[in-house]
Amino acid sequence: MEKFISHTGTGVPLRRSNVDTDQIIPAVYLKRVTRSGFEDGLFAAWRSDPDFVLNKSEYQGGTILVAGVDFGTGSSREHAVWALQNYGFKVVISSRFADIFRGNSLKGGLLTVILPQEEVEALWSAIELDPKTPISVNLETRSVSYNGKSIGFDLDDYTRWRLMEGLDDIGLTLRHTDLVDSFESKRAKFKPKTLPVLS
Amino acid sequence: MGKTLAEKVWEDHVVRSASGEPDLLYIDLHLIHEVTSPQAFDGLRLTGRKVRRPELTLATEDHNVPTLDIDKPIADPVSRLQVDTLRKNCAEFGVRIHSLGDIEQGIVHVVGPQLGITQPGMTIVCGDSHTSTHGAFGALAFGIGTSEVEHVLATQTLPLTKPKMMAVNIEGKLKPGVTSKDIILAVIAQISTGGGQGYILEYRGSAIRELSMEARMTICNMSIEAGARAGLIAPDEITFEYIRGRAHAPKGADWDAALAYWKTLQSDADAKFDKEIFLNADELSPFVTWGTNPGQGVPLNEAVPTPESFSDEQERRAAESALVYMDLKGGTPMKEIKIDTVFLGSCTNGRIEDLRSAAAIIKGKKVASNTRMLVVPGSARVRLQAESEGLDKVFLEFGAEWRSAGCSMCLGMNPDQLKPGERSASTSNRNFEGRQGKGGRTHLVSPLVAAATAIKGTLASPADL
Repeated sequence: MEKFISHTGTGVPLRRSNVDTDQIIPAVYLKRVTRSGFEDGLFAAWRSDPDFVLNKSEYQGGTILVAGVDFGTGSSREHAVWALQNYGFKVVISSRFADIFRGNSLKGGLLTVILPQEEVEALWSAIELDPKTPISVNLETRSVSYNGKSIGFDLDDYTRWRLMEGLDDIGLTLRHTDLVDSFESKRAKFKPKTLPVLS
Repeated sequence: MGKTLAEKVWEDHVVRSASGEPDLLYIDLHLIHEVTSPQAFDGLRLTGRKVRRPELTLATEDHNVPTLDIDKPIADPVSRLQVDTLRKNCAEFGVRIHSLGDIEQGIVHVVGPQLGITQPGMTIVCGDSHTSTHGAFGALAFGIGTSEVEHVLATQTLPLTKPKMMAVNIEGKLKPGVTSKDIILAVIAQISTGGGQGYILEYRGSAIRELSMEARMTICNMSIEAGARAGLIAPDEITFEYIRGRAHAPKGADWDAALAYWKTLQSDADAKFDKEIFLNADELSPFVTWGTNPGQGVPLNEAVPTPESFSDEQERRAAESALVYMDLKGGTPMKEIKIDTVFLGSCTNGRIEDLRSAAAIIKGKKVASNTRMLVVPGSARVRLQAESEGLDKVFLEFGAEWRSAGCSMCLGMNPDQLKPGERSASTSNRNFEGRQGKGGRTHLVSPLVAAATAIKGTLASPADL
């Protein structure tokens, strides 16, 4: 995973709440067996509307999506994270994310930042006033800055460290294989197994 | 201080705990399907890793599979490639798979309980958010993303931060015609689709204890629609009887040991929940959704709400756009809404009891002239069971289509989809825009409402017949 320390880019204001993962990428686009190429399905139902924010010339090249409350609800599809990343987004800002989506994003290196709703509204207004407004998201200082203003956000130390080091979870867990072995040796015998097949 | 059920199960699975880090939890059962696993297996290949415990892993084909002509190759080449990829991955890594045509094939969350492999006190994960279904057995079960699927395949563990605990207390007795689907839709309408975020829900109270296992699964299934990754119910005699004798249930001395452990799995009387909510089952009536998220629901006897009736600005805006998408006007009685397609099935309501209850309503009647009904059993076994009871004939004589097992019209991923503008009454779990097909409009309902709606052609409950 690529290290994430800070990112500066322009924003895309998505003034919608409850954007579920079926909106981020509909199921028909989930059939690929690779991790790339999902950008064509991103917000597919809305992309045919010329007024949709991603179709507006002033927001082209934006890398920071600023979305309404409850972003990423619904299905566990990590394809939603891949679609956003494949399209070019590095950061998503919202006042509340669904748990599974947030977990997926932080595992995959797409930084999800929680800001209070009034800060999201202020950011929307600033971007709409000047789409070229540079926005910086810094993990070292845990802050979002634009127009001379800086807003702090919370992220637990562990996740922050993992993102800044670009470490993958599997590698970290494999350092504790001995503990997994010892846990397994004490598991109750009655716990079910899928093999051999019983009928 | 006492512990909640979820805390007990959590603590029994901690492999490693360190201050400032997530707990490393052992995973007892990893369920797999074709959509969220290919990239995970690819990751294993790239790093030269193996599946650590194939005997705690089980795969089935459900999301992409057609529900007609299942003896022929899957027509859509992209779907076929995804299913073929799962088959190859399972063969390469030694994972048990139930493929299309196999007697144990079906929706992953129907198959686990049916095999008796879903048991109390387990940790169960799957790359599917409706894994919460298995919480009905007192298991800690939740959906994961593909990175986590790879993590579990490689290590049989997951690093997780313990969520907060919410008690959902439902006391009283359900009126006839009111089901567990109505309970969960009412819960979601009360706490909203974000209300459960960061929590594990424990459903408790006299109304829950009265429910069958299948009805409990319907409730836990939709925990995710309330924003909670997991929801569970303390196991009791109803749970134990459901498991006893199933293919993978413990036998002999193992059964006794398991039962002794399972009986400890309930929240202590002095357990502390971070939040509690209450619902009175006596007051519940059939519940349906009018909007484009599962929290946008009302009792069937009421009308579509007007956006002005929402004091919260976000909710008002969400209602406005939902009404445009759904092509509905505030104030329209729900019972006047015409339905094109009735879908009975899914991991929420595709079990034998769901089919039986709907069949009892439609028996001897005919489907409304402008409405079609699709009946899709949740698994091949459910289909066979229904056929042995003659339910297939009841549905066919009614004018419904009788299909093979799969996720079907719950999500627009296989041939069973709504056309743009088509309106459904669906026993599934999500009414998101385009969920059942691009431009399709979904009303979530119980199997009883689905059956009555298929007869009338407008949203209806059995009491309206």
